Amino acid sequence: MADIHLEYVVPEDDFTRAGEASADLKARLKKLGLSSEAIRKVSISLYEGEINLAIHAKGGRISVDVAPDNVHMCLRDDGPGIPDVALAMREGYSTAPDEVRSLGFGAGMGLPNMKKYADEFEIESTVGVGTTVCMRVFV
Amino acid sequence: MTTTDLLKLEAFLPAVTAEERAITDVYCADLLSWAMGNAPEDGAWCTVMGNVNAVAVAALADVAVIVLCENAELAEDAKQKAAGQGVNIVTTALPAFKAALAIAQAAGLVKP
Ligand SMILES: Nc1ncnc2c1ncn2[C@@H]1O[C@H](COP(=O)(O)OP(=O)(O)OP(=O)(O)O)[C@@H](O)[C@H]1O
Ligand SMILES: [Mg+2]
Repeated sequence: MADIHLEYVVPEDDFTRAGEASADLKARLKKLGLSSEAIRKVSISLYEGEINLAIHAKGGRISVDVAPDNVHMCLRDDGPGIPDVALAMREGYSTAPDEVRSLGFGAGMGLPNMKKYADEFEIESTVGVGTTVCMRVFV
Repeated sequence: MTTTDLLKLEAFLPAVTAEERAITDVYCADLLSWAMGNAPEDGAWCTVMGNVNAVAVAALADVAVIVLCENAELAEDAKQKAAGQGVNIVTTALPAFKAALAIAQAAGLVKP
């Protein structure tokens, strides 16, 4: 299988569309015949990242590389950045505003889910510049 | 038990009927990231969240069916998204615990 490169743009605050990249990638991986466990791990980690771009940044960009033995995903944004990444990684920590909490977001479980379901997880954030999250799932 | 069997139970009504799925577990949560991280594949997910984001979570976590409890509203765009993505949704007047218990008993997951 040749490597496949995909790019997605995630708009700001559009919760109807947020999730489209994850759904599209899931459908493609299904066609490629990846195991349902691998697809689930990719889908969960990418969706959490995608939603964070929509809620906490001003949208952002996703790039995905599908190789024969792994799926690599990077999410980049030019949002506010995260002042204390270790704190943000803690289960239950959330700065989500009330209007998105009423939609069911804001449990403070997104980043922990990404770390749990991705086999490799890296986050880099600079206040006032933006955040980059890269994840790899072996398939 | 399957999603078709679920609809034979009196308390559950069809809202979106997609592919028939086996139900092997039951899970209750309303916060989406909890459900995303913990809802079991092939589970019946009991929740009061009837929006597009709940549908996205159900599709990506690959649950068998969303059980929308306490007659919570199913948004029209969520219904359309579920139909498009092949997500089963049933509704019930029962609260999440009673819905989960009824499903678990019918599926033989707990003793009646
Ligand atoms: N891309 C980002 N840009 C800026 N801040 C972020 C970004 N991603 C996460 N954060 C910060 O980290 C916190 C924790 O993120 P996490 O995804 O774990 O929880 P949440 O998004 O608040 O709630 P949940 O994901 O459970 O719905 C956020 O509340 C936010 O303060
Ligand atoms: Mg989040």
